[in-house]
Amino acid sequence: MTASAILPDRGPGDRISAVFWRRPRVLLALLLAPPLLWLGIVYLGSLAALLLQSFYSIDEFSGVIKHEFTLKTYGDLLRPSNMDIIIRTLVMSAAVTLASVVVALPIAYYAARYARGRWKAVFYLGVMLPLWSSYLVKVYAWKLILAKEGILTWIADSLGVSFLLDALLALPSIGGSSLSTSFIGTWIVFVYVWLPYMILPMQAALERVPESMLEASADLGASPGLTFRKVTFPLALPGIIAGSIFTFSLTMGDYIIPQIIGTSANFIGMAVYQQQGTAGNIPLAAAFSVVPIVIMLIYLTLAKRAGAFDAL
Amino acid sequence: MHSDRAPLSLRLSAIAGLLFLHLPIALIFLYAFTTEERSFAFPPPGLTTKWFAVAWGRADIWPPLYLSLKVAAISTLLAMILGTLVAAAMARARFFGRDQLSLLIILPIALPGVITGMSLRSAFSIMDIPFSTLTIVLGHATFCIVIVYNNAVARFRRLSGGVVEASADLGANAFQTFRYILLPNLGSALLAGGMLAFALSFDEVIVTTFTSGQQSTLPIWMLNELVRPRQRPVTNVVAIVVFCATFIPILLAYTLTRGGSDTAGGGK
Repeated sequence: MTASAILPDRGPGDRISAVFWRRPRVLLALLLAPPLLWLGIVYLGSLAALLLQSFYSIDEFSGVIKHEFTLKTYGDLLRPSNMDIIIRTLVMSAAVTLASVVVALPIAYYAARYARGRWKAVFYLGVMLPLWSSYLVKVYAWKLILAKEGILTWIADSLGVSFLLDALLALPSIGGSSLSTSFIGTWIVFVYVWLPYMILPMQAALERVPESMLEASADLGASPGLTFRKVTFPLALPGIIAGSIFTFSLTMGDYIIPQIIGTSANFIGMAVYQQQGTAGNIPLAAAFSVVPIVIMLIYLTLAKRAGAFDAL
Repeated sequence: MHSDRAPLSLRLSAIAGLLFLHLPIALIFLYAFTTEERSFAFPPPGLTTKWFAVAWGRADIWPPLYLSLKVAAISTLLAMILGTLVAAAMARARFFGRDQLSLLIILPIALPGVITGMSLRSAFSIMDIPFSTLTIVLGHATFCIVIVYNNAVARFRRLSGGVVEASADLGANAFQTFRYILLPNLGSALLAGGMLAFALSFDEVIVTTFTSGQQSTLPIWMLNELVRPRQRPVTNVVAIVVFCATFIPILLAYTLTRGGSDTAGGGK
C-alpha cells in the first residue's frame, strides 16, 4: 500500500504520536504518572506517616519513641492542659472568622455592586496584593504597630484617648501589658492576615446576586436594609461560608502569629511545633496535628451541605 | 428605592477596609530608615539610609538569601513540570478518580501549613532522612504544584481544541504540536504560575521550619530576628527585600494573565 492518506513516517516522534492517537489512555497515563507519584509518595505518604506516628508513644524516661501501636498518645491529648489549648484555638478561630465577615462585608459588597472600570481593578489589586505579599512582613508590620511604644499608642496619645486603650488592655483575660502581648493583639493580626481570603469568595457570591431580585424587593416596598437582610445576605451566605473555611483553617494551624504577637498561651500550631522540636515528642505533635484535620473534615462536610463549594 | 450610587457609609467603610489592608505594609518601609535602633518608637526620631549599608555588610544574611533563592528556583521548576502535566491531563480527559485527584492537588494548601510540615517531619523521622536542601524542596514543590496547575488549567480551558486538531491535520506530530502550538499559547500562563510559585516558596515559613533542620531560609532568618532582635532596622531592610522578591513576581503575574485575547481560538 503506497497511496495512503497517512503522511510518511519521519521518525520516532511520529511513531510515538501515532501510539498516542490510537491509545489516548497511554498519553494520559504518561501525563499523570509524575504528578501522581509525587503527590502520592511525598504528600499522601507523609500524611500516612503522620497518622502512624500519632499511634506511637514516647517513653517518658528515655525519651525514645516506642514503635508499637497504642492509643496512649491520644489519651495524653485529652489531658486538661492540652484540651485548654484546643479550646483556646477554636475560640480564637471562631472570633477571627466572625470579625473577618464584619470587616470584609463592606469591601466585598462595594466591589461587587458599585465598583466599575478602574475602581474594579483598584479593588481587585487592593485585595490581591496584600493576600499575596509576604506573610512574615505583614506580621512584622503589626509588631511595629501594636508595640507599647508603637504607632497605636502614639495615635491614642495624640488624640488624647489613651484612657480608652488602657481600658481595653485592662479587660480581664483578653487584655495585657500592651496590645502586642495580649489576645486582642493576636486577634487583630489574624483578622488582618486572613481578611483577603474572606473578601474574595464573598465578593464572588455577591456578584452573582441578580440585580432584578434587589429591584423586585424594592418594588415590593422593602427598605434597603431589609432587602440586604432578607435577600442579599442569604444569597451571599455560601460565599461567606466558603471564606470561613479559609479563615478558620488558617487560624487553627498558624503558630507564627501567636508566637510573635500575644501572650505566651499555647495554640494548636505552637503545641505541634514545640512538641516536635524542643520537647522531642513527635507522637504527641502528630496527635495534635490530627485535631485540625478532623475538625476541618467535619467543617468541610457541613460547608458542602450548605452549598459553599458551589460558590467557590 | 434602588440607586446606582453607594451610600456614603458603605463607601467610607470599604475605603477604610482597603487602607487597613495596605497601611501596615507601608510602615515597614518607614521603619527601615529610622535612626532608632532598639525600640519601635513612633514617630521615628530621625531618618537615615545607613541600615541598607549595614544590612549589605552583615555576613549572616547572605547564606539564607542564597538558600531561599535556590529552594524557590528548584521548587518552582518542579512545580511547573508537575503542575503543567496534571493540568494537561485534567483539562480535557475524563477519567476515574478525577475529582479525587483535584482534591489531592488542592489539599496541601487547603489544610493548614503546620499539617504539611508535621507530616513531612514524621515521614523524615520514620525513614531516617537527614534534613537538607532536598527536604525543604520536597515540601515547597508540593504546595507550589497547585499554583501552577490553577494558572495552566485555566489557560488550557480557554484554548480551543480546534487548534490542536488543525495542527495534527497539517501533519504535525504530538511533539511538534506541543512545541509550536501549545507552548506559545500556554507560555504566559505558565510564566505567571511559575512566578506566583516562586513568590510563595520564597516567602514560606511554616512548612520550612519543620523541614529545614539547622539551615535557615530568609523568612526563617527573619523569624529568628523577630523573636531575638539584634539590629531592628536591619530586619526591616530584609523585610523590604522579601517584600519586593514576592511583590514584583506577583505584579508581573497579574499583568501576564490579565488579558486573554492573546490565546489562539479563545473566542470559540
